[in-house]
Amino acid sequence: MKINWFKYASPTAFYPVAGRLVPVFGVAALALMLFALYWGFFETPERLGGTNPQKEYYRIIFIHVPAAWMSMWLYLVLAAWSAVGLVFNTRLSFMMANAVAPTGAIFTFLALWTGAFWGRPSWGTYWDWDPRLTSELILFFLYIGFMALHSAIDDNRRADQAAALLAIVGLVMLPIIYWSINCPDPNNCAALHQRSSVTDIESNILTAMLVMTLGFWLYSFAAAFARLRNIILLREQDSAWVRKMVDEAGAGPSSSPPPGAGAADGLDAGGHRASRGVSV
Amino acid sequence: MLNVFWCILQRDLTLALRRRTDVLTTLFFFVIVVSLFPLGVGSERELLRMLGPGVVWVAALLASMLALERLFAADYDDGTLEQLLLAGQPLSLLVLAKILAHWLLTGLPLVVVAPLMAMQYSLEATAIWVMMAALALGTPVLSLLGAIGAALTLGLRGGGILLSLLILPLYIPVLVYGAGAVSVSVIEIADTQPYFALLGAFLLGGLVLAPPAAAAALRISME
Amino acid sequence: MPAESPSNPLLEVEDLACRRGDRTLFTALSFGLPASTLLHVRGRNGSGKTTLLRALCGLLRPDAGTIRWRGEAITALADDYNREVLYFGHLNGIKADLTGQENLRVAATLDQDPISDAAITDALAQIGLAGFEDLPTRMLSQGQKKRVALARLILSKAPLWILDEPFTALDTDAVALLERRIAGHVAAGGAVVLTTHQEVQLTQGEIQRLTLESAPSQ
Repeated sequence: MKINWFKYASPTAFYPVAGRLVPVFGVAALALMLFALYWGFFETPERLGGTNPQKEYYRIIFIHVPAAWMSMWLYLVLAAWSAVGLVFNTRLSFMMANAVAPTGAIFTFLALWTGAFWGRPSWGTYWDWDPRLTSELILFFLYIGFMALHSAIDDNRRADQAAALLAIVGLVMLPIIYWSINCPDPNNCAALHQRSSVTDIESNILTAMLVMTLGFWLYSFAAAFARLRNIILLREQDSAWVRKMVDEAGAGPSSSPPPGAGAADGLDAGGHRASRGVSV
Repeated sequence: MLNVFWCILQRDLTLALRRRTDVLTTLFFFVIVVSLFPLGVGSERELLRMLGPGVVWVAALLASMLALERLFAADYDDGTLEQLLLAGQPLSLLVLAKILAHWLLTGLPLVVVAPLMAMQYSLEATAIWVMMAALALGTPVLSLLGAIGAALTLGLRGGGILLSLLILPLYIPVLVYGAGAVSVSVIEIADTQPYFALLGAFLLGGLVLAPPAAAAALRISME
Repeated sequence: MPAESPSNPLLEVEDLACRRGDRTLFTALSFGLPASTLLHVRGRNGSGKTTLLRALCGLLRPDAGTIRWRGEAITALADDYNREVLYFGHLNGIKADLTGQENLRVAATLDQDPISDAAITDALAQIGLAGFEDLPTRMLSQGQKKRVALARLILSKAPLWILDEPFTALDTDAVALLERRIAGHVAAGGAVVLTTHQEVQLTQGEIQRLTLESAPSQ
């Protein structure tokens, strides 16, 4: 079977596809997350690892670690769509990057939040300038910067391209930032080889974490596609297909056109308003 | 091609000499921020010696940030930026000339007054030399990275605040190793050389990568 | 280089479309501009004249269509195309803290034009600024600043001029001078794209007229 993938590079073509995918991913994500929570709460030991002193409260790991993994993975996704958008100038790629950013920021925040709750009983403090936590905080700032720059620019095309360039600059800088935080003293880089905070992990703890990660991953798809549909509708509100859809849905009878549709009164069938005349 | 570089460099320096206040504002901002800290945290000498390197570096970050807003803004407002884009010369080169001029006007003065600041924090002579060298290597990196942010936020409402939000996280490596070098020399526990090697590497990397990125950002912002 | 006959225009525009924000300004715009021709772009405010001119000089990437210079896409020519074009926009593009002489010197260096100081002084004198060349341009009036910027037209050797409303803020003497300069450029085989609300006449060469008829936004 041969599928013309480029067909779906157009927002118009992808809009209904995304609509069908949202419930599929959403339901699957919910099922996996519930399963992982059940597994994490009832099928795992009360201690993390054999001699590890951390008791019951370690179960926050089933949200904390998958959220931290997803926060990093989604930044990579964001930067990848940004790069595709800049190289091939495809509007849908920018929209994807845009749709992924809030989900990434939420996972980053979730990782920081749950990290603080974990840190209180185990370190005696909500916040510590631990390299891992600090890097996560910086990642949060990068997400916020991406979204702030995008929303500060009125012109959609400039906003898309500027934010995309920022995402790529951020991606280049991230390893350097992580490294400088992890190894502030280049004479003695022991911190780089610091042991993972999760040691001697039991296999069913790992299973629950991985299932949760998969659930978060599918949730990211669902959330990104749902947000993508909104972005497409907003951007294409002037176009014939959106107007037709609104009319058919009966949501907007002719007396109340969708916002911005008034500007499109002169549209011809092709969605083009301008005409020209050259006389020599 | 080199004469275009010199022409822009010379133009920006001439302009700054005719409007000295811009340069002096940045410098005094730096001096004031550094001088405020002892008033806030107390004037105990040991404490100040420990805080000094970090405070001076954070103040340098903020001062360089403050000055960056104007890097392209004036040229944008009077249309000369448009002419630079259309000059048919490699834009990265013109951007590099502007960044160099900007550093000479806002970064270099910080290096020069740094000893005075260091004395406020009772740092020793060796630490002062290390601080000057670290600032001399580090502040150009700040200008290079900041140029990308300045180009991205060109002409936006509240561009200055937004610029800080975008660029300050990227300044972390320079802050960590710049302040680290001075701290190490204050307590004399280790060699400062690896710090300088890293700062030098950042500078080289920045010189190669930042001007094209800033040029691309300018083209996006000028559409 | 291909022969510059009308069948082989200097500047070719094919199927050009531009949007600004949510508004489509023009679509399917095509024309060719041979040597010794002036293109007068007209249209009401907001019809996309400035957008078209910015697209023509490569500042703005059109949403569709191609622009070719001597048969090659300007996106491929990039800097090589920019060197052939002189753009004069709404902003004068001169530094208020530099003198007229210095401003023109910077412009000439950017054009890689090895020009003498005397030639710059002469150009400023031609445009009616004799005696003002060593004053920072911020001391000059609006019209005089515009004249400093327009002195670039006297010095320019670029074959294509793209001029956005060059006549505003100028007195009748300066308008007449500018018209003579534009006519001279066209007569010498150059091409000009111009927006203005006034009528344009040429003694030699050809005038094309393009009207952008965008519907008002409501």
